[in-house]
Amino acid sequence: MTDTSSALRIVWIYPDLLSTYGDRGNVLVLRRRAALRGIPTEIVHVNSGDPVPEHGDIYLLGGGEDRPQILAAERLRAQGGLARAVRNGACVFAVCAGYQIIGETYADNESNPLPGVGILDVRSDRGRTRAVGELVADVAPELGGGRITGFENHQGRTTIGPSARPLSTLVRGIGNDERTEGAYQGQVLGTYLHGPALPRNPQLADQLLGRRVGQLAPLPPSWGERLHDERLTAALRQ
Amino acid sequence: MSELPLRAQLASVLGRGAAGLSRATRRGDGSVIGGRVALKVEPELLTKLSRGRRLALVSATNGKTTTTRLIAQSLREFGNVATNEHGANMPTGHITALANAKGAVNGVLEVDEKYLPQVIEATQPSFVVLMNLSRDQMDRASEINLLAKKWRTALGKTDTHVIANADDPLVAWAGLGAPNATWVSAGQRWQEDSLCCPECGGHLERDQDPYWKCPECGLARPETSWSVENDSDTLTTPEGRNIKLRLNLPGDANRSNAVIAAATAAGYGLHPERAVERLREITSVAGRYTSVVTMGVEVRLLLAKNPAGWLESFAVLDPPRVPVILAVNAQIPDGKDTSWLWDIDYRVLRDRSVFVTGERRTDLALRLEVDEVPFQVADRIDEILGRLKAESPDITKVDVIANYTAFQQIRTAYGRVQ
Repeated sequence: MTDTSSALRIVWIYPDLLSTYGDRGNVLVLRRRAALRGIPTEIVHVNSGDPVPEHGDIYLLGGGEDRPQILAAERLRAQGGLARAVRNGACVFAVCAGYQIIGETYADNESNPLPGVGILDVRSDRGRTRAVGELVADVAPELGGGRITGFENHQGRTTIGPSARPLSTLVRGIGNDERTEGAYQGQVLGTYLHGPALPRNPQLADQLLGRRVGQLAPLPPSWGERLHDERLTAALRQ
Repeated sequence: MSELPLRAQLASVLGRGAAGLSRATRRGDGSVIGGRVALKVEPELLTKLSRGRRLALVSATNGKTTTTRLIAQSLREFGNVATNEHGANMPTGHITALANAKGAVNGVLEVDEKYLPQVIEATQPSFVVLMNLSRDQMDRASEINLLAKKWRTALGKTDTHVIANADDPLVAWAGLGAPNATWVSAGQRWQEDSLCCPECGGHLERDQDPYWKCPECGLARPETSWSVENDSDTLTTPEGRNIKLRLNLPGDANRSNAVIAAATAAGYGLHPERAVERLREITSVAGRYTSVVTMGVEVRLLLAKNPAGWLESFAVLDPPRVPVILAVNAQIPDGKDTSWLWDIDYRVLRDRSVFVTGERRTDLALRLEVDEVPFQVADRIDEILGRLKAESPDITKVDVIANYTAFQQIRTAYGRVQ
């Protein structure tokens, strides 16, 4: 589906369960950066209980509290649409609770391991402390490199299995394990950076779009780049 | 209450001394330090100070300071009221409030959401007043589903009477844990945090506002006896009487606070008509909704700390010709995470003149750019007023929506208006 004559389908999974930290921001910024390049988009909201369509381009999963997270994982596993979409070559960008549940296993609030959707080779457990604050990391060169910033707020610690790679190397913050942040495997990306991860890191938004539409025309710098630089300076000064 | 044991009396006296010192040295209003000193001397002090009183505890994500103020004003009909009107809403503040009003039989305490279970246990209140729960400062606050569960459990261990907003599913579910309840239809504009059933997680059916029902487990909105209608500005009592509100506080959120306050005052025996008269006496609450006149412009201050609060504030903005200033900081009291700015829909601001300021104005700028709302960026309020005056010299009004520390900074700049 690299044909841009039809609309780019952005599928937002379970905004009723997984939309706790400004997750709408990722949807809005993908749509905007596509629109600025003349690429039409179709936004599909999939509520829990509704089937996940199998022929979308970019699937987004957001953050959520413990209980909604468990419900979302159970429903996604039972329904199976997301895993089939990945087999069809779709791109996935999952944040925080969403990142954990697309892995092999994640933990409930008593550290019991629960089965994830299994589209990303990571396992998440509960850490002793909560990771809260601004994070800075350097993106893997295979994903275009560059420095990203964002806010993390999670109890999880994530171990990356042999089929996945770290999304980035940590400069500031906790991330997966105090060394790396996020993970990717083929077209599936996960991160602990909150909802506005893509607004705050325009190059990451373009990385996702580029995976579906190919070469992207550059855009003139705007407030996204300004905010990225401002937050980076602030985080490194702390 | 004059029967306090010696140790508790000593604790109260020392606490009041510390509070006085705090005020005299202009370090604060004394609410917190006074309580802290007193608690050291007598850990059971809150329980002891609560005995023999008829207390109402007020908690919610938004509107608790205003509603506490509204209830206290109504209850003054019966004499002195013990209350923490300065917004010191943790146990130290409650101790100070009660110690300062020893003769008051009636009391109204604003309670921080997280502290509500322990304050219920310590004070054994006559009423627990619950309005709404929504996402707020999540880098340091509890998850709201967990909070609702703790409320529900704490209420189940008392014989208190809950007065709660049935239109908010999380609040209703928590309130259903109490042995007695008065249900109020107080409305719910922000619904993003209660799309799923608090009992089982099913996607709630909301075919007809304000009704909600879970198709999976059957949990449903309790039947209400009090209600408010925004369009007609009317409150309806359990007896079916309609009373015009005509409040001096703006917006639907305050109509909602007012019906909750009237229902609570009725629990103390105050006639609803009389309660509403007393509610009208309140024109501002700790600087909220106050207007300051500066450079010949009337600047109205609206405090809003989270997405639900911003949504309510957008609804009370003056007609489109009035410019609006949005101010956001991310200090510890605000929450250090600005992600919540992305949960709000700003498109309703497209037809007015919008300015962004505050320490996190760049976050706001990007947010508005993405929603295609034209805006200008400024460092300070007076700079904005200067620009507005230059553009249109006959400008008379400006609205400001600010989160906590941004609001306090503006208040301080304009002389700590009440």
